[in-house]
Amino acid sequence: MNFVTRSILELQETTLMTARAVGGVFKGPRYLSEAIAQMDVIGVGSLTIILLTGFFTGGVLAVQTYPTLAFWGQQAQTGRLVAVSLVRELGPVLTALMVTGRVGSAIAAELGSMTVSQQIDAMRALGTDPLRKLVAPRIIALLVTLPLLTVLADCMGIAGGAFAATSLYGLSTSEFFTSVRDGITTDDIMGGVIKPTCFALIIGSIACYKGLNTEGGTVGVGRATTRAVVTASIVVIISDFFLARALQYILGMPTS
Amino acid sequence: MPGQVSRNAADSTFAHVDDSHRVVPSIEFRDVVLAFDDRMVLNKLSFKVMKGETKIILGGSGGGKSTIIKLVLGLLKPDEGRVFVDGEDVTEYNEVQMMKVRKKIGMVFQEGALFDSLSVYDNVAYRLHEQGLPEEEVEPEVRRMLRFVNLEDAIDKMPAELSGGMRRRVGIARALIGDPKIVLFDEPTAGLDPPTARTICELAMKLRDLEDVSSIFVTHEMNNLDYLCSEYAVVNEAGQVVFEREGERLCLINSKVMMMREGNIIFSGTDERLRKAEDAYIQKFLRGH
Repeated sequence: MNFVTRSILELQETTLMTARAVGGVFKGPRYLSEAIAQMDVIGVGSLTIILLTGFFTGGVLAVQTYPTLAFWGQQAQTGRLVAVSLVRELGPVLTALMVTGRVGSAIAAELGSMTVSQQIDAMRALGTDPLRKLVAPRIIALLVTLPLLTVLADCMGIAGGAFAATSLYGLSTSEFFTSVRDGITTDDIMGGVIKPTCFALIIGSIACYKGLNTEGGTVGVGRATTRAVVTASIVVIISDFFLARALQYILGMPTS
Repeated sequence: MPGQVSRNAADSTFAHVDDSHRVVPSIEFRDVVLAFDDRMVLNKLSFKVMKGETKIILGGSGGGKSTIIKLVLGLLKPDEGRVFVDGEDVTEYNEVQMMKVRKKIGMVFQEGALFDSLSVYDNVAYRLHEQGLPEEEVEPEVRRMLRFVNLEDAIDKMPAELSGGMRRRVGIARALIGDPKIVLFDEPTAGLDPPTARTICELAMKLRDLEDVSSIFVTHEMNNLDYLCSEYAVVNEAGQVVFEREGERLCLINSKVMMMREGNIIFSGTDERLRKAEDAYIQKFLRGH
């Protein structure tokens, strides 16, 4: 099978798996406690790295853009630039990539080792559908927590930008936050929440699919984990481009 | 008609025993074909496992033995042919319908396949927890099963703390919860020391002779065959389970052997006939050289 055929086949299989897992949520049995446990692992567990990533990304944005803006005499707009870049683009994408690295790999490795040690077969033999018990709670937990994490990353990023702009370049805090408020529109915030919802679906489906289709013992688990992270990261970045354009079309062109 | 027979024999001693249901095989394969890509795994396979019978499937690695078990459970689907479980044609069943069939079947996996994240108690109780039974009904049942495999002390341990043989026995306890009438063993003694392997075989014999369970016992170890085909479990006067060798008092008819090679059945029958078979592969398999 060549690369294109295999990719299309995998896309089909992944979509079917996700549809069946999510479809199962409406019929029951439901595994609410599993989903909540996963939210704790995925959401609360990722909090530290997301807060750190957000803060320093916002900080470095301010550091890199302030001199350029100052050249044009527009340094008061630093807050606007930091906030808009974060909310529209960097917040969702960076959070998704960090979560892919931390959670996507963990999901693929966990499901992968369950597959190679026949625990998935055992689960099916004992009358439980692994799609409902394992896949659905993970995807739901990601769908709930990734937008929340993104919003937190955005806030921390703006805080980081404010910290850098005020402490390093002497911009006043009120100047910074006024330009933040002027810059961000409701559409930006909407887009900034829709994107991570899509990314959550992508990360969850790819990680679960790669995990459940692990072959070849412990080496296979390593391979599945790597593939899950690489595939999910690439798909997140590619789909970000199309999502950005689609959101411009749906929500209207941004004016700032 | 089987029901007719028992009525006609009304004056015989066993007239009250209606065993008409026993003529329906617990498991039946009809011309089952399965291939992975270009490799033929099962080639027009047909066999039956009757009620209360143990079918020992022998054969080298990669001979399609474990595949048979996966087909019974519906974890794989055949390319051609039909699979029956308890008289029900399950070949075309989807995952939801198959879940109901799987409730009748217990499965013991090669390495135990215990859920690492759950304790021994939760592993054994898994099926009952999934059915949503209250804890006060679950606990006595779990303890009863763990007593059956002689592991009640390990109830609070995690799978990682158990030895290979203990994991296998917990796997058996988990498979037997809910008293399934069909139990599938996939190389349950592989990699175990002889006394532990013997214990596992004794459990299979107890199920066969005392619980009327039908089973498929996949193995490539000859001592399993010796135990399962020449000994039987009985309860003695003191109420203990003891194992006796077949001989003048009893001849075992509820254990059959089937030998597989490259997806074909090359032998099917009793162990005595297997030992007398002239096929070179069988002789090599029995003697080891």
